[in-house]
Amino acid sequence: MDEAELVGAARSGDRQAFDELVRRTFVDTFTLARRLTGNEEDARDVVQEAYLRAWKGIGKFRGDAAFSTWLYRITANAAASNIQRRRRHRTESFADDFEPVDNAAEHLVSQGAESAEALDRIGGALDDLPAKLRSVVVLKDVYGMSHESIAEELGITVSAAKVRLHRARRKLRDVLYDEGAQANAV
Amino acid sequence: MRCDEVTALLPALVDGEPVGFEAERHVDTCLRCQAELARYRRLLRTLAMLRTRYAEPTPGLLGDTLAAITDAAETGARHTLLSGRRIAYVGAIGGSAIAVGTTAALLIARSRKRALSLAG
Repeated sequence: MDEAELVGAARSGDRQAFDELVRRTFVDTFTLARRLTGNEEDARDVVQEAYLRAWKGIGKFRGDAAFSTWLYRITANAAASNIQRRRRHRTESFADDFEPVDNAAEHLVSQGAESAEALDRIGGALDDLPAKLRSVVVLKDVYGMSHESIAEELGITVSAAKVRLHRARRKLRDVLYDEGAQANAV
Repeated sequence: MRCDEVTALLPALVDGEPVGFEAERHVDTCLRCQAELARYRRLLRTLAMLRTRYAEPTPGLLGDTLAAITDAAETGARHTLLSGRRIAYVGAIGGSAIAVGTTAALLIARSRKRALSLAG
């Protein structure tokens, strides 16, 4: 069965069809959740919550976008809820104050973004971003979501989404390049 | 415009967003800002590459997720069933309560009558 057939069957209440959709999208959804939350523990909660919401809402899925795109939006929304919950229950700071923790990342992009090491480092730099900046840059620059979709799922304005994106990019740039690297980077 | 003013606009310019004629003209003629813009472009290319770099899900998480959906589906079905039959249940319980009450009242009345006739 292709994805459209599985979605059609799942919309009619076919659990096996929905389970197959879960299996096919699971790694992708987990990866997104992991990138949005910055840690595995929260990613597990977000993945489960996202699929539960998807199961409950599959009847309303009109199919005018790919199932995976619909699921990304649900996952982004579940991650935003998770972050809000964490903010209420933890003293952990989600503010924008940010200290780069890996000063050795200076050669990252300049020495070839294609290397696995470079991708690991940029992944680490994303994890170190404040949650609300990380969410926007992951959804826009990694997953290619529109500003409008991001704003809707995170419950913020389009302007706020853009401001956060630009701040996130500046912070990543600051971590990934330093003065020494700048000379060699271009 | 000065380089530090333009630099603040580069995270938007890298998407092709309009940042104003003055800033765009500055970048066209400033090697330093062009180099900085190139860094942002490279940053975006690298971030896009993360799209196909997958994280390994926690062992057992898929099974746990499917089980959670099963629980939710069963709970949902139970709720639907209950709400559909709620009126019938309430009616049946109510009817039974009335029947029990009526029978009890009849028995009490009959026993009082018998007691009165024995006393008389």
